[in-house]
Amino acid sequence: MSSMTEDLKKVATGTRSIVQARSISKVFRRDSFEVTALDKVNLDIAEGEFLALMGPSGSGKTSLLNMIAAIDQPTSGELLVLGENVFRFGDKEIARWRNEHIGYVFQTFNLIPVLTAFENVELPLLLTRLTRSERRDHVMTALKLVGLEDRVDHLPKQLSGGQEQRVAIARAIATDPTIILADEPTGDLDSHSATEVLEILKRLNHDHHKTIVMVTHDPHAAAYAHSTRDLEKGMLLPV
Amino acid sequence: MAIPITYNIRNLRLRLGATIMTAMGIALTVCIAIFILALLTGLSKAFATSGSPLNVLVLRKGSQAELSSFISRDAMQVLKYLPGIARDARGEPLASGEMVVIIVLPRRNGTGEVNVTVRGMTPVGFDLRPSVKLAEGRWFTPGQREVVVSRSVHQRFDRSSIGDVMEFGKGKWTVVGVFDAGSSALDSEIWADVNQMSSDFDRQGFSTALLRANDEAEAEAIKNRVSDDQRLKLDGRIETEYYAQQTKSGRPIRFVGTLVAFIMAIGSCFAAMNTMYAAVAYRAREIATLRILGFSRPSILTSFVLESILLSMLGALGGIVLMLPFNGFTTGTSNAVTFSEVVFRLQMTPGVLASALAFALIMGLLGGLAPAWHASRKNILSALRD
Repeated sequence: MSSMTEDLKKVATGTRSIVQARSISKVFRRDSFEVTALDKVNLDIAEGEFLALMGPSGSGKTSLLNMIAAIDQPTSGELLVLGENVFRFGDKEIARWRNEHIGYVFQTFNLIPVLTAFENVELPLLLTRLTRSERRDHVMTALKLVGLEDRVDHLPKQLSGGQEQRVAIARAIATDPTIILADEPTGDLDSHSATEVLEILKRLNHDHHKTIVMVTHDPHAAAYAHSTRDLEKGMLLPV
Repeated sequence: MAIPITYNIRNLRLRLGATIMTAMGIALTVCIAIFILALLTGLSKAFATSGSPLNVLVLRKGSQAELSSFISRDAMQVLKYLPGIARDARGEPLASGEMVVIIVLPRRNGTGEVNVTVRGMTPVGFDLRPSVKLAEGRWFTPGQREVVVSRSVHQRFDRSSIGDVMEFGKGKWTVVGVFDAGSSALDSEIWADVNQMSSDFDRQGFSTALLRANDEAEAEAIKNRVSDDQRLKLDGRIETEYYAQQTKSGRPIRFVGTLVAFIMAIGSCFAAMNTMYAAVAYRAREIATLRILGFSRPSILTSFVLESILLSMLGALGGIVLMLPFNGFTTGTSNAVTFSEVVFRLQMTPGVLASALAFALIMGLLGGLAPAWHASRKNILSALRD
């Protein structure tokens, strides 16, 4: 297993792959049943790529995304993200690693309802060594990028769904992470708001060179990505 | 950096109903704790501020209280001229033979009758208690059936206003004045002329003798001299030590109060725990989001424990505010040593308030720890689905 990790690291360095999955599987056990969410998936995601993961519900898209974010770990196989097998880390190290390298956008926004837009975006920055004024600069830059610099003091309930998702994107990019993972980011939005959010993601990829992995089952949304990979019953379909 | 405290404060505000109900439960428990502590502080202060370290109180050997003590007039003469006794400006020894009896007086509020101490005093007795001041009226006239009552007795008992008449001994005694003894144990007494009382109660001697030493070392020497003299069969005690020993009158209050506060504290802990478990369940997705943003399990644990402590502090402040009107409230308890009522005031000192806050802090900590632990151990994926 360790020689496999070394091989993957070499490949990652050579091709600037940011995510490398080698034969990863995920099996959930419920009582006496076993459900295979991912079945020997092999995937490479290059730095700067905008990849859409498509597939029907239960095809394993979100499971794969969660593994890249180190929220969940594969039952078998090898997964390197930024050249690291993060599952070797302890809880605290994984949390720190995620804070530094991963920006996560949820379908349901998941903003903290009692915090303002500014405070929500500032949350991940509280874990960095930035000073108060530096944090303020980062938050304002992120909110400007999503066009919400005039909504800093608004609570989530005072924002529209589209605006909430834009705040969530601002929160995801506040720490300037390498990878942005978006799980159905337009799933709860109307078409106009969805287009706004997709345009922002596209701009983050194009102008700011962020690697984006987006889970969606909307072909319109997937059209914004450079490439699309389909999953079905836990298996990655050939390109 | 930890999860900002504004997150917890605003969440408490968001669930205002649950927050207020839980805080009120804690407030009531804190009220009980403050009440007990303030009572005990008042009682301790009543005894701690009584007496002087220069005074030696003489009792019959084996006697624990003035009431059960007897000193003959001959023994009093010996005591007066012991070496080391201070003298007044006229060169007379500062030694006072006093008589202590208890009478029954009805309470002003009609809640029954209680024993009250009546002290037969000599003029020297006043010199030995310089902190006692006349507040109203005049001092009693020697040889007359007149009494002066303490301010607390005047406030709490019937027939204790100037001009009122009390019946004890062989006749009627007129109240001619009210004295102020601060918060000391003397504040529960009635004073009269010792010779008139001896005559009324057919006593040939005294209950106790109070001797003033020149200094503390002399007081200790007098105490030992009295106790060691086989002819006298008396015991000497430093006056402050005698009163300090009487603080055991507060033991029943301490026991019952501690028990009640403890039981209520357990209830409040569960109330806080229940509220915090509900908060954790309600905010499962937020917790998962915070974890994904990079906050560690200890950060989540700390945040929820802090929220529980904030909740309990809110309750503590409520309890303090509810109890403030009772600060200085006068009450009484039966003194197990003198068999009479000792009057004292509820004292909400900074120490009492600090103890109440610490008590609430412990409740918050204990109530919040299990839910906070549960929050920090939540599986991110299942919490996201909640």
